[in-house]
Amino acid sequence: MRAKKWLAVGVAALFILATLWLLQRLVMPKYMGDVVEGNFMAEYYDTEKDHDVIFIGDCEVYENFSPQVLWDEYGINSYIRGSAQQLASQSYYVLEDTLRYEKPDVVVFSVLAVPYNEPAKESYNRMTLDGMRWSKTKWDAIQTSMTEEEQLLEYIFPLLRYHSRITELTKDDFTYLFGRDLVSHNGYYMRVDARPAENVPDGRPLADYTIDAGQMEWLEKIRLLCEENGIKLVLVKAPSLYPYWYDEWEEQIAAYAESHGLPYINLLALKDAAGLDYRTDTYDGGLHLNLAGAEKLSRYFGAYLRETCGLADRRAESALAARWEENARWYDEDRIRQEYEIAAGE
Amino acid sequence: MSITSYYFLLFAGALLILYYLTPKKAQWILLLAASYAFYAFSGIRYLGYILATTLCTYVASRKMGGLKDYQEAFFRENKDILDREDKKLYKASVKKRQRAWLILALVFNFGILAVIKYGNFVVSNISALFGAPNDAFFRLALPLGISFYTFQTTGYLIDLYRGEYREEKNFFRLSLFVSFFPQLIQGPISRFGALSKELYAGHDFDGRQVAFGLQRMLYGFFKKLVIADRIMAGLATISGDPATYTGTYAFVGMIFYAIDLYMDFSGGIDIVIGFSQALGITLPENFKRPYFAVSLKDYWHRWHITLCNWFKDYVFYPISTSPKLLARAKKLKTAGHAGLARRITVYIGNLAVWLFTGIWHGAAWNFIIWGLLNGGFLLLSQEMEPLYRKLYARFPKLPESRVFHIVRVVRTFLFVSLLCMFDYYANASVTLHAMAGMVTEFDLAVFFNGSLLSLGLSAVDYGILLLSLCLVFFISLQQERGISVREKIAAQAGPVRVLVWYGLFLCVLLFGAYGIGYDASQFIYNQF
Repeated sequence: MRAKKWLAVGVAALFILATLWLLQRLVMPKYMGDVVEGNFMAEYYDTEKDHDVIFIGDCEVYENFSPQVLWDEYGINSYIRGSAQQLASQSYYVLEDTLRYEKPDVVVFSVLAVPYNEPAKESYNRMTLDGMRWSKTKWDAIQTSMTEEEQLLEYIFPLLRYHSRITELTKDDFTYLFGRDLVSHNGYYMRVDARPAENVPDGRPLADYTIDAGQMEWLEKIRLLCEENGIKLVLVKAPSLYPYWYDEWEEQIAAYAESHGLPYINLLALKDAAGLDYRTDTYDGGLHLNLAGAEKLSRYFGAYLRETCGLADRRAESALAARWEENARWYDEDRIRQEYEIAAGE
Repeated sequence: MSITSYYFLLFAGALLILYYLTPKKAQWILLLAASYAFYAFSGIRYLGYILATTLCTYVASRKMGGLKDYQEAFFRENKDILDREDKKLYKASVKKRQRAWLILALVFNFGILAVIKYGNFVVSNISALFGAPNDAFFRLALPLGISFYTFQTTGYLIDLYRGEYREEKNFFRLSLFVSFFPQLIQGPISRFGALSKELYAGHDFDGRQVAFGLQRMLYGFFKKLVIADRIMAGLATISGDPATYTGTYAFVGMIFYAIDLYMDFSGGIDIVIGFSQALGITLPENFKRPYFAVSLKDYWHRWHITLCNWFKDYVFYPISTSPKLLARAKKLKTAGHAGLARRITVYIGNLAVWLFTGIWHGAAWNFIIWGLLNGGFLLLSQEMEPLYRKLYARFPKLPESRVFHIVRVVRTFLFVSLLCMFDYYANASVTLHAMAGMVTEFDLAVFFNGSLLSLGLSAVDYGILLLSLCLVFFISLQQERGISVREKIAAQAGPVRVLVWYGLFLCVLLFGAYGIGYDASQFIYNQF
């Protein structure tokens, strides 16, 4: 009788846990529509982790560099760990998280988020943090990033955060209940459409151009983490015309890099050398590069990586090459699909 | 810490476990520590206020008790030489001194409440009278539950003065009575005689009591989060722009507010009583399905019962049985005004109660008007009693008629909702304007042309609200028939019980208006 009672309790508990798990999966955003960036962070965990180069940062990395080109042209095995409006502090934790799985030779960090110091926004926090696997690093990242109205418990049990979506469910929520399609190409967000950069505004004058010491602290932490792990850190400023990159910021970042012996490349200043044409190579008027622009930039930057970082050409590694061949198929499929949609006016 | 926050749930859960792990003798100490911790969460600076009230109450009660002890000892030692008259004189002198302590404590306790809650209201009205600038004079935030614990300590002191029980000699035990955290937020207002027995007695773990308590909490969360907080969006739209949302919208706002007020307040009370029940502590009921009332008088026997009883015992009776008023009534009777003599004690006591009830609800004229209107209409309906009696004599089947009963219930609900508009809108003139608009600009089409979707509530929101209200209505109906829904569910087979309570839990979890994106609204009665 007693055993029967415990069995009933066990079955009830299992039923409750299973339904809660299922509901949580159902209401969590799938990011399979217009906004796909929320999937980038989680996709990393499904890859083989023996990358030579890891890119860390916000949209300045995941929309401007194509790992496929770096492989095709230079045999560099790379991955981009970036998400929308990823703060400098979050980049630190994303790097720390990456180091739990692999130690790349080179980390490329986009510096745009350092002076911008934008206040955290819940939706962007979620896109960066929800996809991270649970670890102390994720815990710390949440604690550091949370806005005032956010609660830790809602990260631990996302059902508490997303419960209100129960009345807004779409077909996607059921289609992708147990798995989602791949949306990035080793973290790269492909866009083939083009919108020329016209009348890009100058930056408005600021009262103070000094980069916040707290923000510089995160850059320093990233540097120290790379140093501790014997990783070469490369700082980059992507060639986006906007948000505006002030000369004063450039000087401070360049001075920091110089004082620590770090390579710093301002690709915005090198946009002509990279062959970028802002009439055809951007899909949103100069904020981000499209596929054509990203491929040009990757060719240019890949050469730099190979020359200055001494990265070996790994195209002869058959297993790795096979993986990239598969990546290339999906890369081409995505490109053709987008080109078709543009042609069809969808 | 709101009682619908995650922190409260964690706090309550941890306390519940600790409570039953603690030896019974020390359970009250744990409750005291938890109550002060809870209070400190709402703002550590507020601890001073509740401590001052507790200390003042303790000193006064000890002094009153000491005088009583002294009197008893005096009578014992001098029983052979004191005659009845001596004893009477001595008793009167002791009572006088006790009264002095009572008044001193009440002035002090109510003084804190008056300055913090009503100081700015009084100063601004005086300023307006003299055309002076109308700035906030006292920049003091309202400590959590100040009205509730002030009323509770007042009841304790008056009962003590009346000799209904002896004073609590242990300061910390008295502190628990004043600060017991579940009821600190929005009541119910308990009496020392009943609550002290519950608080200080140790409680063994009783699975059924704990389960019933948690179930009641869940039902409270359902009322508060699924109904009250969801309807809030529509309410805010209407009251935020009363010039646009007139006529039918004002009517909709009136109904929404009546629903919101009840679901918010009674939901909170369910959480409080349920949690106390899980601790083995029985608190008095505060509601008895008020919207099933057939008259205004009946409504006030069902709504905020502990406050109404408090006013009856500590305001109405002392005023209506005061020697001066009784003497005046006697004079009127002698002069041949028997009717007036009979009424004057009741009327003055009643109007005083409703004036204070209005003031208690908030430091604003609209609350005072609301209180006096309630009092006025109660007296009016009392005056109309002979007419009703005549009507029932003419149609003897009418009182038993189901249709007539429903008409009376609906009429009372609409009337109560109408009066509550004084609470809903920002001030009395806006309220009167909205009331007038309900008559002159009423447009039935608003219910059918999709206009209601412009109030910040979607069709899904309306659907959830409707279904939820149907559920509450069904449960209330069962309760009105004397059926305990929890008992009925408890009698079902295990899987049915699990499905019912888990289903309700899922409703709260999924359809509750909580978390980011929703305005984490505090309980309406917190502010009192």
